[in-house]
Amino acid sequence: MPVIRVEDLRKSFGENCVLRGVSIDVAAGETVVIIGASGSGKTTLLRCLNRLEEPSGGAVWLDGTSVGGSLAEGSGVWRPASEKQAAAQRSQFGFVFQRFNLFPHLTARDNVAIGPEKVRGMSRAEARALADIELTKVHLGQHADKRPAQLSGGQQQRVAIARALAMKPRVMLFDEPTSALDPELVQEVLDVMKELAQGGMTMVVVTHEMSFARDAADRVIYMEDGVIAEEGPPTQLFGSPQTEGARRFLRHLSHD
Amino acid sequence: MNIDWEIVRESIPLLAEGLVVTLQISAVSAVLGLILGVILGLGALSRSRLIRWLVLAYVDFIRGTPLLIQIFLVFFALPMIGIRFDEFWAGVIALSLNAAAFVAEVVRGGVGSIERGQTEASMAIGMRHRQILVHILLPQAYRQMVPPLTNELISLVKNSSLLSVISVYEITRAGQAIISVNFVPFEIYTLLALYYYVLIKAISWLSARIERKLPAW
Ligand SMILES: Nc1ncnc2c1ncn2[C@@H]1O[C@H](COP(=O)(O)OP(=O)(O)OP(=O)(O)O)[C@@H](O)[C@H]1O
Ligand SMILES: [Mg+2]
Repeated sequence: MPVIRVEDLRKSFGENCVLRGVSIDVAAGETVVIIGASGSGKTTLLRCLNRLEEPSGGAVWLDGTSVGGSLAEGSGVWRPASEKQAAAQRSQFGFVFQRFNLFPHLTARDNVAIGPEKVRGMSRAEARALADIELTKVHLGQHADKRPAQLSGGQQQRVAIARALAMKPRVMLFDEPTSALDPELVQEVLDVMKELAQGGMTMVVVTHEMSFARDAADRVIYMEDGVIAEEGPPTQLFGSPQTEGARRFLRHLSHD
Repeated sequence: MNIDWEIVRESIPLLAEGLVVTLQISAVSAVLGLILGVILGLGALSRSRLIRWLVLAYVDFIRGTPLLIQIFLVFFALPMIGIRFDEFWAGVIALSLNAAAFVAEVVRGGVGSIERGQTEASMAIGMRHRQILVHILLPQAYRQMVPPLTNELISLVKNSSLLSVISVYEITRAGQAIISVNFVPFEIYTLLALYYYVLIKAISWLSARIERKLPAW
């Protein structure tokens, strides 16, 4: 069974159809990289997976369980999940934002500990001990007592990754995690992500970092206008793209 | 113009007695108004549409009617349905109910001004609406709420002078009593203005200190 199954996912903002039927299976331990032009719907796709955005149609399954609600037995009426259920399901997805979104009033340790404590119900001491372990995994063990404002962008993004990991998610979703960083800080974040992928984490990563896709991706998906235009292993998609759209997009990318 | 310095000298301690009552009323009303206002403000941020609507209706009513009328309503109308207070408490209740509406707006505005990404990051780790408010949004909003709350406190102190109309013996009422006996309105109103001015300066100064003490990041 795939960890994530996306079936004919659709999303419109008013008249604007942003996702027009996207279907993906992501297997356990797999790393999928999503690329595509600005506005092609990559962020919206990720946000529909963990229900930060409510899809307009289609279905998302996590470990075989319908996300965001379920179809009633027999009648087939869609029953949305309660706020409590939705929150519990969301905690199964780790989400890393382009702009980090760390909690500025909390130290790095408490940024990571607050989820385990408030959501998982751990004691404060347990949660903080776990936070220190997760921070060490992203090589920030020395910085646990600092607030986000005292950390570099790359360090902040690694705290954000630790914050997501501390929830022991089934899958990690990354939305352009390095695109808000100064160039010299990109690699430290990519390195952490590669370690995660090698460690067997299931990951869906929106990124235009070709090096990451080549080294860590099992599969690359090229999105265009809200659909998957092409997908395949990185060597194939980068080496001999089949669609004109993907060819043009990759040409642009390599010129930047 | 002839200033009656003798009256001025005698009035200073008499007005100071009134000032004590003004301070008491303001302090009690500020605390009650703050507590009720925070509760209302959280109501305005509730997930329940009904609760949000009730809070907004309340705020709308308070903002849409003169405080003087609200004071009369508490003082004269409530006894007709069997709720009776002395002047002091009627005044405190009227001022608290009034301040609460404005505090609610400050809380709602303060929380609303926190970046959307904070809420999304909290949701992404599975936090629920109430947890996000309590642990993420409110702690970040405290500091910026201090200046508008100070403005509300200053309004409250000034507004307490209106309680003279229901015979609460606060500083304005005390001044009016002196005037009615000695007919020295210029001296007394000038003194009253000075008292209020100094009090409000003190509040502003204190507030600025508190704001600086609150953690920034
Ligand atoms: N909350 C929203 N309300 C209205 N329109 C939205 C909203 N979010 C996204 N859109 C629209 O959806 C389209 C796709 O946006 P999305 O952010 O998913 O693209 P993207 O592929 O992530 O692009 P980028 O590479 O620039 O991040 C855009 O046209 C955008 O304007
Ligand atoms: Mg995007």
